[in-house]
Amino acid sequence: MSDPKARQEVVKEPSMIKQKEMITANYDLLTGTHENGRKVVSTYVPGNLNELIMCFDMLNNLPEINAIQNGMRKKSGAMIMEAEKLGHSEDVCTYVKADIGMMAKGNIAPNGKPLPAPDLLLLSYTGCFTFMKWFELLRDEYGCETVMLQIPYEGDGVATKNMRDYVVKQLKEEVIPTLERISGVKFDIDRLRDYLRDSAAAEDNLVWVLESAKNRPSPIDAYFGGVFYIGPIFTAFRGTKDAVEYYRLLRVEIEERLAQGKGPVTPQGEMGEERYRLVVEGPPNWTSFRDFWKMFYEDGAVVVASTYTKVGGIYDQGFRHDPDHPLESLADYCLGCYTNLNLPDRVALIEGYMRDYDADGFLINSIKSCNSFSAGQLLIMREIEDRTGKPAAFIESDLVDPRYFSPANIKNRIESYFQMIDQKRLGAAA
Amino acid sequence: MTTSADIVARCQALLEDLDFTEVRRWKAAEPGRKVIGYLPVYVPREIIHAGGMLALGVLGGGDGIEVIHGDAYYQSYICRIPRSTIELAITKRLDFVDGMLFPSICDVIRNLSGMWKLMFPGVYVRYFDVPQNFKDDIGGTYYVNELGELRAGLEGVAARTITDDDIRASVAVYNHNRRLVRRLYDYRATQPWKAPAWEVYLVIRAAMVLPVEDHSALVADYLAACEAEDRPMRDNCRIVLNGSFCEQPPLNLIKSIELAGCYIVDDDYMLVTRWLLDDVPEDGEPLANLAAAYLHHSMESAPKYVPDGAEKGRFLIDTVRRTAAEGVIFAAPSFCDPALLDRPMLAKALARENIPYISFKYAENTGQMQPIREQAGTFADSIKLWSEDVA
Repeated sequence: MSDPKARQEVVKEPSMIKQKEMITANYDLLTGTHENGRKVVSTYVPGNLNELIMCFDMLNNLPEINAIQNGMRKKSGAMIMEAEKLGHSEDVCTYVKADIGMMAKGNIAPNGKPLPAPDLLLLSYTGCFTFMKWFELLRDEYGCETVMLQIPYEGDGVATKNMRDYVVKQLKEEVIPTLERISGVKFDIDRLRDYLRDSAAAEDNLVWVLESAKNRPSPIDAYFGGVFYIGPIFTAFRGTKDAVEYYRLLRVEIEERLAQGKGPVTPQGEMGEERYRLVVEGPPNWTSFRDFWKMFYEDGAVVVASTYTKVGGIYDQGFRHDPDHPLESLADYCLGCYTNLNLPDRVALIEGYMRDYDADGFLINSIKSCNSFSAGQLLIMREIEDRTGKPAAFIESDLVDPRYFSPANIKNRIESYFQMIDQKRLGAAA
Repeated sequence: MTTSADIVARCQALLEDLDFTEVRRWKAAEPGRKVIGYLPVYVPREIIHAGGMLALGVLGGGDGIEVIHGDAYYQSYICRIPRSTIELAITKRLDFVDGMLFPSICDVIRNLSGMWKLMFPGVYVRYFDVPQNFKDDIGGTYYVNELGELRAGLEGVAARTITDDDIRASVAVYNHNRRLVRRLYDYRATQPWKAPAWEVYLVIRAAMVLPVEDHSALVADYLAACEAEDRPMRDNCRIVLNGSFCEQPPLNLIKSIELAGCYIVDDDYMLVTRWLLDDVPEDGEPLANLAAAYLHHSMESAPKYVPDGAEKGRFLIDTVRRTAAEGVIFAAPSFCDPALLDRPMLAKALARENIPYISFKYAENTGQMQPIREQAGTFADSIKLWSEDVA
């Protein structure tokens, strides 16, 4: 394996530059509402209705993304402690506390300017109970209007007609009228169709990119790299021409890597030999994201499929936003987000990834903050081991609370896990 | 006449019997009887009853079970009720249960429904979702259809049709039970020294395992016994307890709060017995009636959305006023997302009304009561001093 230090610093690909420009421009729009007069909707990544929000010329602000930004910039720890000082329990979600703490510290965006108070809280209650409490807390802080979109949980593994009808009815009779009233813009369903058409085009290319990991070596890392690939579609850009262009550029780059037999790009340049192919369940840790990733790529481990990259929509199982059935399609999208699936379906999805991506093992990064993901993961691990015969491992960290990322422990566990995979291979070869 | 001590002793035996002997006996008494378990906070038990089945409240293992297997299924940062519930099931203490309902409380209980599907494939399992939209033609329509699906599922377990008439009859039985439970709560709020909180807890807890008709008789007997007995009134303060709607505290914790000088005049234990605030109409469309009761006449608790921000905390404040309470104790299980996320908003609402409060956390197997006694005692003292200052 080559020495990572000797590798060249990563050269920014056109898609990376494009994404950075998109994010910067979006934060500039969000922090410039006094000048540009745009209205702001705060909403969540799972169940994100970006196309609909754009129909009203409103801007989309996502508190989880702000928390991630703060986590990666090492600012979330102080924000969480600030929220705890204000009376929020040490036991609850650190995204929530990072958000409350960010507010207490002036709500400063990554561009150094204050984010505006939202004009509307669009509570897309999808796959996470905490979302509901989170927006009640934000409503309490901002005193602004809130509209709820409840997405029923797929407890029996199906999205029933009743569930779908309920979501569509809420969209028609609650969400759209509220957006019209707050924005002063009349809803135009053809405009929504146009956006959804662009969403589907971007989704096609995202799926192609994610599925490129079926190749050996995989040209992408579908977890650490994957979080960047899902960025535009999961956030404020799904349905935009920018997102279509981003995914076109990304696909061209990955096609080129594939043709050249290259592995993923890492923060330290090209990854060395692919030694372990993993499927990962659970969100990453954001406060030590690069260190965490390094623990994998420096040992030649590449993540070929992950569940976190499905939290804002599962596209690789065939779903696409459908301009011919716009509201129904938004309902189906929300119902199908990963954490809205029941445990048997989550296990089945992971089992399929293990098989289809020819993985050597399964790893769970269990997040203290996120019971939606975490409750039941130990059973998921057992099921996957039983069904695939492949070794599994379990590590624990947190989303944006640096107090719960213990590098030595995690590295030790990951290295032991790689040894376990090696032994399993030797056993199989004998 | 049965004494309150006799009744309470029976209820305590029911609480401590983690083999659910009484329920097993009920099931064995007639061939074909079925038992449907449910977790907190609310399920429409009327539909279970209408199918001739027994609704069994499963509230974890409390402090009477050593969790060995259950810990292998949960990380340290997840509350205790799911792990002790799994323990009950793995140790075959729930092997007589034919179906399990997992209400919409939080992500942990939600995911437990899927775990149950994977671990106990022979059992009917349903995640019971409730509307967070309270308009009749939106959330109501959805909920009526969900209740219809639940009815169909339960018909499969019961191997019989559950007719509208069956449900209407069961609604009447549960209306009677709810009236008695409300009477007991009102009685305690008026004369808390005559119906101590730990006794009331046990009497209501018995509703989790007894047939509803038997439980109604038990509540009536307890009320009569309390009325007939004389107990000394203490100089305690009056508090409302909030946050204990799911994982239950050990009985000693309730006793400790009272011993520390706090009469508990209202609480959120076993909300299923009081969730619907008024009688459900006993004629008309029964599922629509249950849905309307849920939408418009049900309690407020952390798992339920409050659409109007100005109303957040109003239900708790009204409870404090109605019961003439002098303060609130937030007692939530460790790692309980709904209760702990809700608490800052409720605390803020109380502060606006100058209602004093304290907070602590517990687990169902908390053993050390001294800190809780000290905290509750100091709170009681401060209320007494504060009240005198005001006077």
